[in-house]
Amino acid sequence: MSRYTLWMHPNVGASVRPATIPRFAVGREPLDVDALTRSVADTAPGELGAVVAFLGMVRASNAGRRVLFLEYEAYEALALRALERIDVEARERWTGVRLAIHHRTGRLNLGETSIVIVAATAHRAEAYQACRYAIERVKQIVPIWKHEYFEGGDVWIEGATAEPDDDTARAEAMNRACV
Amino acid sequence: MRVNVRLFARLRDIVGSAEIPFDATPGATLVDVWHALVREYPALAPYTTAISAARNADYAPLTTALAEGDEVAFLPPVSGG
Repeated sequence: MSRYTLWMHPNVGASVRPATIPRFAVGREPLDVDALTRSVADTAPGELGAVVAFLGMVRASNAGRRVLFLEYEAYEALALRALERIDVEARERWTGVRLAIHHRTGRLNLGETSIVIVAATAHRAEAYQACRYAIERVKQIVPIWKHEYFEGGDVWIEGATAEPDDDTARAEAMNRACV
Repeated sequence: MRVNVRLFARLRDIVGSAEIPFDATPGATLVDVWHALVREYPALAPYTTAISAARNADYAPLTTALAEGDEVAFLPPVSGG
């Protein structure tokens, strides 16, 4: 088959609606906020009144260092389970919340998006809260690591010891979400 | 009994490998494997109070007993987002 023929195949046309993407994912592909938003919002048209999206981006300075780029590493199978756990926790607190979280891995340059979290609910207060809760929990329990390359060296960033069953950490995330 | 140990981030750098097959004594727990690793790679020692562990891609307490063929993972403090 010639390249031209392939290009004209109707299934390759730009007007084709993209397939539904998974709500939770960890991988090297650039993140797509619009697709992720649709993945939650389209599931219940008419029921949802508010969608809040959080994007984490690579910042040029950290702890006084001039950051050049980051490399993210993940234990993907466990990271996916941890994201799904956050979804369960959020739904326990905010009934009916629809959450989606994609985290990127590999090299990310300044200004690139490392994580997208989308939270959709009937009303805005809950969407903001659930979104904030999700990012706080990502930082506590999802096995992903930043390797920071800065002017003069590199360092693995180490934040929280991941303890998913630690109720104190979970309560702390909830407090930050519901200030 | 043979288990497969996966290491991430700085732990991987210290050991110089992301994945190592490991001969554990029958009945060994996650913490037994960790201590054996620390004996082999003393630079891991400071992480003893900071790691999390997983068995077959699920978080597990360090006291969890292992079985032949398990995938074991040791995780330094996380920093996603």
